[in-house]
Parts: sequence; C-alpha cells; structure tokens
Amino acid sequence: MNTPLRKVGMAMLLMIVLLLANDTFVQVIKADTYRTDSRNRRVLYDEYSRQRGQLVAPDGTILAGVKPSGDKLNFTRNYTDGAMYAPVTGYYSINYGAGGMERIEDDVLNGSDPRLFVRRLSDMVTGRDPRGGNVKLTVDPKVQKAAYDLMTKHGYTGSVVAMEPKTGRILAMVSTPSYDPNALATHNGKEQNSSWDKYSKDKAQPMLNRAINENYPPGSTFKLVTASAALEAGIGPDTQVSRAPNVQLPGTSTTLENYGGETCPGTTFKDALAHSCNVPFATFSGQLGADKMKTTAANFGIGQSDLAVPLKVAPSTVGPLDSPPALYQSGIGQRDVRLTPLQDCLLSATVANGGMAMKPQLVQSILAPDLSTIEDVEPEQLTGKPALSPDNAKILTDMMISSESFTAGNGKNPALKIASKTGTAEHGTDSKNTPPHAWYTAFAPADNPQIAVSVIVENGGNRGLAATGGSVAAEIGRAAIAARLGGG
Amino acid sequence: MGQPLADPASAQFTTNPPRDLPTRRNTEMLLLAFAAGLVTIALVLVEANQEQALTLSILWLGLAYLGILAAAHLAVRRWAPYADPVLLPCVALLNGIGLVMIHRIDLAKAETAAQAGRDYSPGVTNQVLFTVVALALFVAVLIVVNDHRTLTRYGYIFGLVGIVALALPAVLPSSLSEVNGAKVWVKLPFFSIQPGEFAKILLMIFFASFLVSKRDLFMVAGKKFLGVELPRARDLGPILIAAAAAVIILVLEKDLGSGLLYFTIILVMLYLATERVIWVVVGLTFFVAGCLLAFNLFEHVQQRVENWLNPLGPRYDAQGGSYQIAQALFGLGTGGVGGTGLGAGRPDIVPEASSDFITSSIGEELGFVGLAAVLMLYLLIAMRGMRSALAVRDTFGKLLGGGLSFAMVMQIFVVIGGVTALIPETGITAPFLSQGGSSLLANYILVALLLRVSDAARRPATRPRPPQTRQAPISDAHTVLVQRPPARDEKNGRTA
Repeated sequence: MNTPLRKVGMAMLLMIVLLLANDTFVQVIKADTYRTDSRNRRVLYDEYSRQRGQLVAPDGTILAGVKPSGDKLNFTRNYTDGAMYAPVTGYYSINYGAGGMERIEDDVLNGSDPRLFVRRLSDMVTGRDPRGGNVKLTVDPKVQKAAYDLMTKHGYTGSVVAMEPKTGRILAMVSTPSYDPNALATHNGKEQNSSWDKYSKDKAQPMLNRAINENYPPGSTFKLVTASAALEAGIGPDTQVSRAPNVQLPGTSTTLENYGGETCPGTTFKDALAHSCNVPFATFSGQLGADKMKTTAANFGIGQSDLAVPLKVAPSTVGPLDSPPALYQSGIGQRDVRLTPLQDCLLSATVANGGMAMKPQLVQSILAPDLSTIEDVEPEQLTGKPALSPDNAKILTDMMISSESFTAGNGKNPALKIASKTGTAEHGTDSKNTPPHAWYTAFAPADNPQIAVSVIVENGGNRGLAATGGSVAAEIGRAAIAARLGGG
Repeated sequence: MGQPLADPASAQFTTNPPRDLPTRRNTEMLLLAFAAGLVTIALVLVEANQEQALTLSILWLGLAYLGILAAAHLAVRRWAPYADPVLLPCVALLNGIGLVMIHRIDLAKAETAAQAGRDYSPGVTNQVLFTVVALALFVAVLIVVNDHRTLTRYGYIFGLVGIVALALPAVLPSSLSEVNGAKVWVKLPFFSIQPGEFAKILLMIFFASFLVSKRDLFMVAGKKFLGVELPRARDLGPILIAAAAAVIILVLEKDLGSGLLYFTIILVMLYLATERVIWVVVGLTFFVAGCLLAFNLFEHVQQRVENWLNPLGPRYDAQGGSYQIAQALFGLGTGGVGGTGLGAGRPDIVPEASSDFITSSIGEELGFVGLAAVLMLYLLIAMRGMRSALAVRDTFGKLLGGGLSFAMVMQIFVVIGGVTALIPETGITAPFLSQGGSSLLANYILVALLLRVSDAARRPATRPRPPQTRQAPISDAHTVLVQRPPARDEKNGRTA
C-alpha cells in the first residue's frame, strides 16, 4: 500500500503548492488592486487614525484641531467653540462620516490630497507618522463670535453671513440653533449615537446650515435687485414715484400694500428705498419686465445652481415671473423669490464692490502639515457680469445709507458708516398672521467697504408679528460690522 | 526513523542488534517550548498593538495555553511514548496562533461594539474552554485506543453512528439545526455542536476497517469492465451506500465544503486500499457530473460560483453575495507580503473573521509569509502522518493514517482555497485555528489517532502484540530470507 501512499503524499504536496501559488497571486501580484479598492475600509480606518489636519482662521485660531485620544485611533477631533463654528467646520464622526468643511476638504485634512504628496513622501522617509494638511479658512472669529453671541443671546433661529465685498471671502457664517460637533467626534460610541439621534431628531434642526442650505423669501432686501435693475434701465434716484399706500396688481382685484398700509413718506425713488415703500418697487418690477429682472438677478448670482464655497450652496431663485402680478410681488422679494442668507449677503457685497459680485469663498489657503502654504485661493468674480455699473452702485450706496438712517434698532453707531437695507418677509400659508422673517443686509464703511453682512431671524425672533428687519435683525448686523471694523 | 526495518538486505550485515528507537519525547518538549515562545510573542504583539498596554489577559491566556501544552505533552509521554515528536508541537502552534487571533479579533470587536454602544462577550474564553475539553478528549482517545487496530472491531458501528450523526441536523427542525443558512448544527441548551465534524472521523475509521477487510476480495474478484476488474457489488456495496449517503446528506444540508471533503477523502481511501487509479478517475468523473448537476439544480451553488468567479463584481452587495470573500481579499491584499503586523490590521471587517475566515485574518496581519508558514505547519502535520502511515506495519493503520493525513490537507485546501478564491468559498473551518468547539474537538481526536498510528509505527516491536485478526496474504510476504529479531511475527517486512 506504500506506493499509493507516496502518490497521495505527492498530491497533498501539490495541493499546498497550489494554495501557495494562488496566495502569492492574491497577496503579492493583485495586492495593490485589493488594497486600493474604494470598498476596502481599511484605508479609511487608516485615515481615521492619522493625525488629521486643522481648520484654522486667518488669525491663527484653531477651529478644528486634534487632541491625543489615548485609544487605538490615536486622536480625537477637537472643536473650540464647536457650536459657534459648526456651520463652517461641519463634523467628523467615525460612525456618521463627515459633514461641512470636514467633508469637502477631507482629502487635504486626511493627507491623501495629491498636493501633499511630496510631504507625505518625506514623512515616509523620515519615519514620522504621516499627518494631514491644514486648511486656512476665511472666517474672522471676531465677526463670527459677535454674530453668534447675539443670535443665541436672544434665542433667535436664523443665520448671519458676512463677507469681504472685494474678495468674496466669507467672514462669518452663523446658523442658529447649532450643535456641538465635539459630541459627534467623541470615540465613545454610545455618546456619539445619542448625540446624533438628539441632533437629527430635534425639530429646531440644529444640524441644518441655514446660511447656505436653506432659502427664504428675502422681502424688502430684494429691493436692492429691483433698484439695480431700475438704475441700470436709466431710472434716476430722483425719479418721482407714487406715494400711494397700495397698488392693484394688474388683471386682479388683489392689492399690494406698503408696510403697515401706510402712505410712502417720500416722493422719489431714493425715498422709496430709504423708507422701503413697496408700491414703487412693485411698479418698477412690472415696468422693467421679467427679462430685465431676471438678468439683473442672475448678475447678482441668483439662480446659480452650482455655487460652492466650497460647501455646496442651495440655489436661490426669483421664481418664474410669468405674469404681471408675479412680477409686482416678486419686485419686493415676495411670491416665489427665495434667497439663501449667503445670496442675500451677496446683494450688499455686490453693491459695495461697485456692482461686481465676487465668488464667495470660505477657504483662504491650503497649508502643509508644517503650516507652510501650498495653495492660495485667489478671489474671482462670481458671474463675470456686473449687476450694475460702478456709478449706479454709488447711487445705490447713497440710497442704502439713507435707508440705514431711517432704520431703527439697537447697535447704531455713526462711526461705522453703514449702508443697509432691511426686510420683513411674509411667509407661510397664512402670511398675515405668521410672524415674518426679519432681514438686514448691509455693508460698511460705505465709502470703502470692508464687510458686507446679511442677517435673517426666522419668524420675527422674539417680537412675533410686530417684528421688522430693523427692530430684530439690524442690531446683529451692526454688531458683526462693528466687530470687523473695531468700532463696536 | 524506522532504521531497524529500513532495508532487510542491509540487515544481513548488521553486526549489532537493532537499537531501540529513541522516543524523542524531549525533542517534542523543546519544540513545544518553542511553540509556546512564539505564541507568547504573538500575544504580546497583539496586546501592544491593540490595547497600547499589556493587560492581565496575557497572563491567563498564556497560562491556560501553557497548561494545555504541558498536559498534552505529559499524556503523550505516558500513553504514546513513541509517537512522532513533531505532530503535537505543530498542532500546539496552530492552536496557539488561533487563540491569539481569536483574542485579537475579540479586542477589535469589543471596541467596535463599545463605539456602537453594544455589549460584546469575547469568544476566546469559550475557545480556551473548548481547548481544555478537546485536550481531555485527546487524552481519552490516547488511553482508550491503546492500539489503533482495536478500532477495526467497531468499524460498522462507527460507520452507522457516523451516518446518523451526519444526518441528525438534516432531520432536525431548522430552529435546532440551522446557523447562517447551513443546516449542520445540533443546538443544545448550553452549547451547539456540529456532529459532521465527528462523523468525518467515525466514517474514516469505518472506511478504513471495511476496505482493509474486503481489500483482497475486490482486488481480485469481479467482472471486467473496459479492461478494469470491478469488484462485486456486494463487496463494495456498504462503502458505496455510506459514501452516497454522506454526500447526499451534505448536499441536503447545503454544506458543500464538507461534501467535497468527504467525497475526496473516500476517493483517496479507496485508491489507497485498491491501488487502482481507475477509482480516482471514476470518482472525478462522478464529481464533475455532480458539480454540473448541482450547479444546474441549486441556486445557491450558482451564487457561490458567481461570487467565486467575480468577487468584486455586481454581486458584492447582493444577498448571499461576494461581500465576505471580497473583504477577505481586501484584507489579504492590504496585508501583502509581510502583513500589517499582529494586531495592527483590520481583520475584523471580514464577517466570520475568527471562524471560517481566520486564515484571511492571518494572511492580513502576518502577510503571505505568515500564511505560508501556517500552510507549512499543516503540511508538516500531514506529511508526518503520511510518514507514520508508510512506516506502520498493518494495513488498517496505513489506511487510517493516510486518510487522516489527507483529510487534514484537504480541509485546509478547501478553507484557504475558498478564502483566497482559488475555489468557490464554502463554510468549513481551519483545523485548530478557527473558533468553534466541534472543529477543535474533532481535530484533536484526529491528531490523537494520528499520534497513535505514529506511535505504533515507531514503537520497537518487542512488546507482545494483541493477536492480529487479519494478516496480510501470504503472497505479499517477502521471499528473501533474512535474519529477523525472534519476537517479530510480522510478515509484511517489505515495508519501511
């Protein structure tokens, strides 16, 4: 029986050799294909345990950093003032992935971005643990803090966006109520899960970034668009306008009223903007027609569906404008007009920048792990077409200065030289009995704009039906401007 | 080894009387110590990489392991003193690597569970307990079976019990027998067993004893068919019935891997007994036909084949799809040649990482090198078993030893072949490595039998033997007259 035993022994040897050959194929020849497959979560976990890069403000404040965790993942994401900056930073969670800037700039932060390749290589040679690159953001912590503190102090739901008109750099992006991304970054699974549940089930939607992901009827702040269209069409600031308290919408029995049904205090176009009379702007919009309104709006960036700062921004829209009543109502920022707070801020910023909209940017530069600059983000124009000429922009600025002078509310400071426009936007199915959204969009100093800001306080904040843009939102906008200009 | 019997011709010129074989028990002890050293290092590495600190679990795991090794060694010293000294250390090393790996995956799973807010009870505790029980069985087999030839007396009983054990899960309701789609379990209140693991050994003993008793008959008698002499049906009947029953039961239980295992083991034992390649050819023909039939009949077979041919393909996310095998391949690929290092990989991503897919876990963390070393350990066990089969003097021992050795390699072929996508994946366990009590118990019994055969092979034939019930035919006897040690009544002196 020994001959067959030997033969079977040979066969067994052959089987093992076959296994070895196949394993060589899998672990040596095809190894790279398997290792780099996108479904191979090991790569992802590797990234999680690498020292993640920081999100920093231009003044060096670390918005999102890491601290040693002492566990297998080595580091925990750590957010200073997590809730304040959450709309900017987003979150970074092992169970729930990443959101906000953490997601958009993930490649840089985790170090897999090709721009970091050379440094990675040198890390490998020097034997240092690979680290991610850093991202320098554009936010100004002073502005962000001023706006966020006031919003939360009053318990407002809403958003504040501020930007540098000349560059489009976003100086503040506040959304309240907010959430604490630290609670999602913890390595304690139970804590992480319960926080996620709490945030995602909360009716107040703390994880919604209202600044860019939500759009609202802009109300009277939209008159900046209508006014620009009118100015571009050759209607001068001193053009006489109707003082009538209301106007009948063409072809209907419905009327459109001034705020509170009052007679407009002034008789010129300039007065109309300063006092935010509805009738003249509705009429302008009707006269100018849908095409002109749409063109002007588009030059402000309204309707852009692919805007990213680089966080993706929900598109703003003026609606179809398909009938005279629609045009009338849209001219004062009602009906189907919907703007994100960011877009609303762009209205002021565009006027402030001589009529040219700049592309909003939240990233200033990409930094290497050692904080040396790898790439700067250069300012660029948003649409390339001016929304209004520099001359008209100056005229509109003057009109906005005068608007500011008639706007009530706290935080007034003549030293700031603000040009602004308020808005009180009706919304909801029963719009007369729903507290309106209070808007305020402004820039300052009027003669050399450094900051444009837009504030929305949803549902009238703490003043309910009586809320106006001036009484509720203006204070916050002024505080943000003061924080930037140092005049607060 | 086996010098006294190595060459009868040279024995004529031997001046000194044949020397007693050294027992080599001290060699075994040294090798066991070496295995224990390796396993301790592995354990420390795992702890260092996973926990960043050394914990008490090292101590109790290490002590449990050492205790098991010492007990096994002493048992062999006492009850199988001439057994092959390499077998037990290989088994111990595999078992140790398995324990370390299971502990390692426990740590990872416990952490995942903690992060998700769940509880996790470690599997290694059970595995250590099962190892202790397995060791008790191992010792029991060494004591009870003090001569492997006594097993032939119970061949038919073993065969019957084996078939019943194998069939038990198939007839039990699914609630008592099904885990993850495979109906191969018997679930008892406190633990579950896979009777098939034990049936494998019982049936092998039956086949060996049956084939040995009928060997002469079906080697000479019967009709000629296509130039081959076939044995009479009544001589081969029982084995064909048992074989067919086993394979049919396994197909019904959807346990394709075990089906393949049984089929090839039967084929190899038939070939060993008859020395006719035609059995292998006929068997393979049947096998191919059976595969084609199964492929056309059963959807789950088609799925398995599809998963195998295209593991990264469209069935990646499908129900019963290739996710598991794809993840195993990702792990193996990430491990590469040298591996990620013990405790530094992510083997727990693969479902069943510590049982059916433990070899992919080893391949990930220890790399191709580590997996190749594990393969070598299995090969060493099988080759040592084969060596004992060659050296042992009775045909039953040869057949049993050959069968058991082949079973070891075939299991590992099915497991690692499945994990590395050489063959379609089937859920069977890697002997000694995989988490799972039945597999561990059964394989320790298997090794006890191999040790018993090797003990018989290397034992100097000075002690009086139990009367041999079946002797080799006179025609097999050696014709050269040589001087033999007086006590030896062995006729089959040709073997070495």
